Amino acid sequence: MKFIKLILILFTVFHFSSLSASEDKLYNKIVKNLRCLVCQGQSVYDSDTEFATSLKLVIKNKIQQGLSEKQIYNFLTEKYGEWILYDPKFNKNTYLLWLLPLLILLLSGVIISKKLIKFKK
Amino acid sequence: MKRRIISLLVVSSLIFVFIVFYKGLNKPSFYKPKSEISKIPQFFAKNFYSDEEIDSKKIFDEDKYYLFNIWASWCVPCKDEHLILSKLSKNQQLDIIGLNYKDKVTNAKKFLDELGDPYVKILLDQDGTISIEWGAIGVPETFLIYQNRIIKKFIGPLNENSIIEIQQIIK
Repeated sequence: MKFIKLILILFTVFHFSSLSASEDKLYNKIVKNLRCLVCQGQSVYDSDTEFATSLKLVIKNKIQQGLSEKQIYNFLTEKYGEWILYDPKFNKNTYLLWLLPLLILLLSGVIISKKLIKFKK
Repeated sequence: MKRRIISLLVVSSLIFVFIVFYKGLNKPSFYKPKSEISKIPQFFAKNFYSDEEIDSKKIFDEDKYYLFNIWASWCVPCKDEHLILSKLSKNQQLDIIGLNYKDKVTNAKKFLDELGDPYVKILLDQDGTISIEWGAIGVPETFLIYQNRIIKKFIGPLNENSIIEIQQIIK
């Protein structure tokens, strides 16, 4: 009886997740980068809504089918639009979003250096 | 002069921020996904009544309009919507296909016994993965389909206005 129990425990411990370690890492990475569309300020990873649980299952299946991270993101943006990604892609709608901080940094650098030069003089 | 420019800049940026917030906060917080799918997705689903596996290619293959409706017996708005679906089912040009979402079959059958069955065919989506293929975020959601293309998507329950809208498209 003890032996059966031990086997059962070992089985549940080692077969709890159907994904391998690297797949599991990828799964977590993807799920954390997805916005739960029916929740307020939660990622799919954090959410237990019907939508999020189904989405997690779909992503698990896609990883098992051998799809890459990029392919999975493409699949999801095709279905739900760019909004589902926390990390939006660089395109004509988002270039301002990506470049504005850089532009501000450069501009403030120029202003500060100008002031410093003036101050030194 | 410099002070004037600075105060002008401050005031104009305040006005800008006010306008952004005023417009932004008046927007509905409910998000409608900007789905790019126009072709119907391919999938396999079990038949609600017979447990046989059905290929999605064989469902929407006739030259007529289809209404694909995602529903569940536990979903309260689906009850109101059911009346609308029953009205629409009288239209000969339209076949209504149901996708039973994360539901117990016995409860779903009870629901249909009580309120009537407007569906030509019902498929099962017990883990919700088929709905994800359709880009759905919950129940109820309805898609108007013609020649394997999604013409219109309704998020939330259908109402009297949707009947008019659908009938205008089908005409």
